[in-house]
Amino acid sequence: MANRVQIPTNNSALIAMIADEDTVTGFLLAGVGNVDLRRNTNYLIVDSKTTVKAIEDAFKEFTTREDIAIVLISQYVANMIRFLVDSYNKAVPAILEIPSKDHPYDPAHDSVLSRVRYLFSSESVSSGRR
Amino acid sequence: MSGQGQRLNVVPTVTMLGVMKARLIGATRGHALLKKKSDALTVQFRAILKKIVTAKESMGDVMRSSAFALTEAKYAAGDHVVRHVVLAQSTRSASLRVRSRQDNVAGVKLPRFEQFVDASANTDKSADLTGLGRGGVQVQACRAAYVKAIEVLVELASLQTSFLTLDEAIKTTNRRVNALENVVKPRIENTINYIKGELDELEREDFFRLKKIQGYKKREIERQMQAAANFAEEQKVELISLQKGVSMHTAQKLSDLLSVGGEKDEDIIF
Repeated sequence: MANRVQIPTNNSALIAMIADEDTVTGFLLAGVGNVDLRRNTNYLIVDSKTTVKAIEDAFKEFTTREDIAIVLISQYVANMIRFLVDSYNKAVPAILEIPSKDHPYDPAHDSVLSRVRYLFSSESVSSGRR
Repeated sequence: MSGQGQRLNVVPTVTMLGVMKARLIGATRGHALLKKKSDALTVQFRAILKKIVTAKESMGDVMRSSAFALTEAKYAAGDHVVRHVVLAQSTRSASLRVRSRQDNVAGVKLPRFEQFVDASANTDKSADLTGLGRGGVQVQACRAAYVKAIEVLVELASLQTSFLTLDEAIKTTNRRVNALENVVKPRIENTINYIKGELDELEREDFFRLKKIQGYKKREIERQMQAAANFAEEQKVELISLQKGVSMHTAQKLSDLLSVGGEKDEDIIF
């Protein structure tokens, strides 16, 4: 029982974003942007000048913040910090890789989707054993 | 020692046998229940797997259409207008938020996210004014497209979280099922066999001891009977000699003579 995942029932959580400028603009337009009193944003705009270190820090911050339920991350950004995304194994906040405008979506790179596919193939093989 | 596999370290008594039997029944019942739980979770898990795959595909479409809507809005309203207004103004409280609640599937709590519009946030009004000069329709369409995208993404996020949670839960349950089946139950069965064997052994020992004692008693009784018979014989002889009027001394001699037989023949003179 020690490793049971605790799911907090939060009545008003945020959606965080790490993406390119267009995607972030679109979602901000939809109204997910949030800036608190300390001027901390819940989004990070990644452009050509953004360092990997900055992305890592943002990712770590978003995944440890308690008021964030979902982290949207562009797939090409996720590829930059792939080791962090793959080693992340908590349920909340959920990490969601989204396609971006100028990078076509590749399902093979998605950490969750690759696991899904792996389970699909392994389940069809070992379905009789379970 | 039972010899096969390991067993619990217990004293082989009838009480312990009862306790062990009760534990075996409990383990069997628990095993059946956990197996059922595992099956229920697996069914749920497969349904979620299918949903995730379709949702991922639809997410691609939705994101593409929303990106297109954004391009339209930029073209109509002007790139810098949208960017400036959005980035500068929506820097307050989020109007579109998520709330999470729990679903219960066979004792496993699955998170469910649902998005809602926070009415208290004041960014709506300023966002409504975006593109007031020109291209307002496109901006609103873009807004709607992204809200729709968020809907799909939130759905996908809850599916994905359920997937991870269920995966973990199924692993744990299967581990428990296997542990009960392959470790706990054989161990208890071994213990029961051991106790039964030990009790049988005890019974046989007891039986043997009783037999021994019985035999000893029988022999003792026989010996006493023999002694009593001998004594009766002596009495009889003495009585007969008395009746014939022989003195005690001669009777003694006579009885000696009778008992010893002809060994002392040469001592007799007359």
